[in-house]
Amino acid sequence: MARRPKYKGIDHLSPVDRVVVGLMIAIPTLLVLWLVWLPAIASVLLSFTNWDGIGPISGAKVIGLKNYSDVVNIYPPFWPAVQHNLIWLAALFLVATPFGLFLAVLLDRELRGSRVFQTAIYLPVVLSLALIGFIWQLIYSRDQGLINQVTGSTIDWYGDQRYNLWAALLAASWRHVGYIMLLYLAGLKGVDPSLREAARVDGASERTTFFRVVFPVMAPINMIVIVVTVIEALRAFDLVWVINKGRNGLELISTLVTSNIVGEASRIGFGSAMATIMLIVSSVFVALYLRVMMKEQR
Amino acid sequence: MTAASEAPVVAVGRSPVATSSRPGGPVRGGRPTQVFLAVVAVIWIFPVAYALLGSFRDYDYTSKHGYFSLGGFTLQNYKDAWQQANFSHTMLNSAYITVPAVLLTLFLSCCIAFVVARFSFRFNLALLGLFTAANLLPAQALLIPVYRMFRAIQVPFWFSDSGTLLNSYWGLIAVNVAFQTGFCAFVLSNYMKALPRELYESAVVDGAGVLRQFFQLTLPLCRPPLAALATLEVTWIYNEFFWATVLLQSGDKYPVTSSINNLRGQFFTDNNLVAAGSVVIALPTLVVFFVLQKQFVAGLTLGATKG
Repeated sequence: MARRPKYKGIDHLSPVDRVVVGLMIAIPTLLVLWLVWLPAIASVLLSFTNWDGIGPISGAKVIGLKNYSDVVNIYPPFWPAVQHNLIWLAALFLVATPFGLFLAVLLDRELRGSRVFQTAIYLPVVLSLALIGFIWQLIYSRDQGLINQVTGSTIDWYGDQRYNLWAALLAASWRHVGYIMLLYLAGLKGVDPSLREAARVDGASERTTFFRVVFPVMAPINMIVIVVTVIEALRAFDLVWVINKGRNGLELISTLVTSNIVGEASRIGFGSAMATIMLIVSSVFVALYLRVMMKEQR
Repeated sequence: MTAASEAPVVAVGRSPVATSSRPGGPVRGGRPTQVFLAVVAVIWIFPVAYALLGSFRDYDYTSKHGYFSLGGFTLQNYKDAWQQANFSHTMLNSAYITVPAVLLTLFLSCCIAFVVARFSFRFNLALLGLFTAANLLPAQALLIPVYRMFRAIQVPFWFSDSGTLLNSYWGLIAVNVAFQTGFCAFVLSNYMKALPRELYESAVVDGAGVLRQFFQLTLPLCRPPLAALATLEVTWIYNEFFWATVLLQSGDKYPVTSSINNLRGQFFTDNNLVAAGSVVIALPTLVVFFVLQKQFVAGLTLGATKG
């Protein structure tokens, strides 16, 4: 280097550096604004219009909340979809998540073989939910599936409205348990061992120690797990789309939005109203998540 | 999550891979727990093991003798599945999408993380929030505008043979990058913040500009989180289903994961073919699972304040 610039402090930027820093911020930010935030806002705005997606967007009229009242009142699959999403959430939240936590607590005791068990339980986490739907066909299919071979029943587990949601949920939980276990295992390892030691010295049983000391200390992880579970339940899509594109007992809000847009009938305003409902629900939990993150940052 | 199908998350705490020996001696009541965990582990591994086993069985043999028999082992299912599902084609498509998307995601998140960690801009937390939130929004809620925008944007034919961003690899890559950058930037910025500021001090004294600090100082030091994130992102983007399905409408551009949708109809008469197909599709992620397990788990739980 010919001339060494005078040192003016670590944060001083030359004009070239200013441009570089500006670009480093601007390019990723613009990408995210363009492909995430702009569409999010556009979804909300479109939900108040009657745009059919065929004519130019300038021809769309603002029709207030009509799309919302249509979704709620005259669109038959909507309430079943809401119900399915809620069942999905309840199953993940009340069964899969606690079970994942339970496994994490047991594995955290570091008994012999724990590493192997842990590896086996988180195996499904690396698989996509689409593939999981595909693999479980081996167990669920009517003619060749394992369940029917063993029990001799002739139930079509993926096809029959009475069972398919539960069949899908079992497959989804298979993966969710491993994921939650992994998160809690990390959380448990982060708990200060001296806390446990102190509780033990005070004569607290293992159970008391866990519920009174360890679990409350993991508050940030608990929050994250709640948010993850809610968001997973809300955007569940791949699994049911692979099974039957979300019909016949497997309607979810996400699949309704998708079939209203990509399918033959493209009802933009109408689909956007459902998309906006999803956005509103998720943004509550995203905000929660950010609060936890920001607190950890300080 | 879908890769993006999965809510990526930054957990707090150390990676579970790192062993910590608990003070207080051996744990009581170990045996029943071990048995219970072993049973759970066997149940959890079962669907994959069952697929693996079925994939090597001859269809005529198993349909005659049932699955609880021995014999009829063959490799024919793999041959058939590979050809019928056109895996050589879809695997290549997956690579076209995954490789640039992961590289771009990591590069752009490094940029953001570097600026946020290196300079104390007042808005840096807000910026991270903007990115992280983007990561968690349900993709389906953004589908309509993205889809319409991509359909309307004309691009030259050398860029995309469809003439628009819809049905083009680059459109899909851009969406994947936009969704994944937040998580990576968050993890990386936490890591970079822990780098001693004296390093930059001496670099600045030596006359190194921002670019040189970034490429020669920060990036080489960030190898561990980059390795973990690369592992994780390869898995997620390879697994991504939703955007690829809706944005690449012609089947010949589908990556492996999106092609599953068509395979179900195609293979439904032969479960052994389903099994072989599943194993093939899972193979890249299983390699990650067995070879890069440490990186994968570290990535999932990295970004910790205590890490």
